Amino acid sequence: MSPQRAGLRAWLLSEAPASRGQARLGDLYRSGLRFRRNPLALAGLIIILLLLLIAAIGPLLAPFSPTDQALDLRLLPPGAEGHWLGTDGLGRDILSRLLHGGRITLAVVVLVAIIVAPVGLLIGTVAGYAGGLIDSVLMRLTDIFLAFPRLILALALVAALGPGIENAVIAIALTTWPPYARIARAETLTIRNSDFIAAARLQGASPARIILRQVMPLCTSSVIVRVTLDMAGIILTAAGLGFLGLGAQPPTPEWGAMVADGRKYLLDHWWVATMPGLAIFVVALGFNLLGDGLRDVLDPRGDR
Amino acid sequence: MPRPTPPTPSTLPAASQRPPPGRRLRHGAGALGRLVLTLAITGLGLLAVTFFIGRVVPVDPVLAAVGDRASEATYQAAREALGLDRPLWEQFLTYVGNALTGDFGTSVLTSNPVAVDIARVFPATLELATVATILGVLLGVPAGIIAAVRQGTWTDHVIRVLGLIGYSVPVFWLGLMGLLVFYAKLDWVAGPGRLDLLYVGLVEPVTGVILLDSAMAGAWDVFRDALAHIVLPASILGYFSLAYISRMTRSFMLEQLRQEYITTARVKGLPERTVIGRHALGNVWVPLVTVIALSYATLLEGSVLTEIVFSWPGLGFYITNSLLNADMNAVLGGTVVVGAVFIGLNLLSDGLYRLLDPRARP
Repeated sequence: MSPQRAGLRAWLLSEAPASRGQARLGDLYRSGLRFRRNPLALAGLIIILLLLLIAAIGPLLAPFSPTDQALDLRLLPPGAEGHWLGTDGLGRDILSRLLHGGRITLAVVVLVAIIVAPVGLLIGTVAGYAGGLIDSVLMRLTDIFLAFPRLILALALVAALGPGIENAVIAIALTTWPPYARIARAETLTIRNSDFIAAARLQGASPARIILRQVMPLCTSSVIVRVTLDMAGIILTAAGLGFLGLGAQPPTPEWGAMVADGRKYLLDHWWVATMPGLAIFVVALGFNLLGDGLRDVLDPRGDR
Repeated sequence: MPRPTPPTPSTLPAASQRPPPGRRLRHGAGALGRLVLTLAITGLGLLAVTFFIGRVVPVDPVLAAVGDRASEATYQAAREALGLDRPLWEQFLTYVGNALTGDFGTSVLTSNPVAVDIARVFPATLELATVATILGVLLGVPAGIIAAVRQGTWTDHVIRVLGLIGYSVPVFWLGLMGLLVFYAKLDWVAGPGRLDLLYVGLVEPVTGVILLDSAMAGAWDVFRDALAHIVLPASILGYFSLAYISRMTRSFMLEQLRQEYITTARVKGLPERTVIGRHALGNVWVPLVTVIALSYATLLEGSVLTEIVFSWPGLGFYITNSLLNADMNAVLGGTVVVGAVFIGLNLLSDGLYRLLDPRARP
């Protein structure tokens, strides 16, 4: 290690940071060190980075169009000339469809996370900070949604709104936010009586400002861990809706719908259903590994 | 499974979110009253949500009843007969009243009352979820204990990764792969459905749970066939339950192993078997019962996709099938029943906790 790098390392790991920036960077560096020691979490990170890459440039890499049919080339086994993963019942290249489908999976996950995390955070922090009647009402509402079986509610909602990827996102979001509200509320309760909150209040900060500027930032790290851990569940719910024909509609190359498509050919042409299912599994596993690792890094207390 | 969803522990109100036992002690009867109140509010909320979904559905229920060739007069008459001309809140009250008496309307698909249909299909779901939970407990609890005792060793890592795989694999895909390998290629288990055609109707349904009915009737050939059919779907569902149960067991166990009384027991020279099996486990199984009840609840609901893959004629199969045929009464009735069972099991797990933990007793 060059002296320069050793100096940087010492500066980052300093026990007595001279500035707020140094403390923050040091914290980040320490988290990074802890994260690097966890090979499973690193594997998860690599899988997720690959998914991002596929979503970004996958369609460019795909050797064939995901929707063009070639009935004379239907049900080719994996390894067939030009079709690494084989073709499906309509002669479409499975690899190309998977590469295009990565975008849909990522879009669903990101959309749900963007809707759910802020809503849960807002409801939880407001309930925890305000207390009293507002708290009771908001938490009863959370309990009601928490009591709902997730997939069944999503099913009923999609049935009412009509199948499609947007409605699947709405249905999943509506069934996913309650745990976030609970986490945010629990965190808020532990900090609402701290001195720095009292100080902010005495300086004349409004409740809205305190919630937004003081409380919310402190709840974010547990919410982020939870989002990462939930991503796998979101992917699986979306794929389940797709499998039932309630998510993305054909000919969209959504992975769950592709598995459903391959069900017809399962016994003689195993690869049609197997390949997209493997893709779902690997991506979900990646999010789970990453979430598990992040939790260990950001929350060294718990081992749950 | 999403947490269908494969039940990630995240979809469940975890034991850690419950109030600490000490606080429960102080409100004895008050807690019970609050529990009942919570139950009533949650149940009402459940009905409000399904009522709302029933109203936003683009299918016109009047049109569904009279058909699109009916005259304006017939249409209006049917509208009044269905009560759709009355104000929303009045309709909601009627809906709640009907639901409380078990009236969810008539299924368009089967033209039976929805409640009758549900009573017919529910035992199949119950049978599947019960066998799966038994498998999950029998394997998951020991796995969790071993992982905790050997924390940090490769045994622990293998069990952890097995659990993570359980949280990550799509249940419908695993079901298909299971059918492909164990039914089509190896022929170890029977195919989709609950029984081979040959055995259908041989045993008089008493409980509707075929394993029980056939055993009580002494029809062992039927029993064996039913077992061959249930073993694959139940193992697959049981795997998800195992993933959750072993993970929770491990973390409860680690919590206990860190306590000083464990060190004391070891210092006293008690054999490791007694320290783990009697001292630590004695404190673990109380929260574990709640976890098992919660995982049972998620299996009842998570079996939707499994039932589809295995053509298992249970509640999930019924709901999905009705859904694809735009039979809204059946879908909403089924949703309410699953939701009610879910709430009920949550409540039961809460009650069990109170009953089993001496500190939580009033």
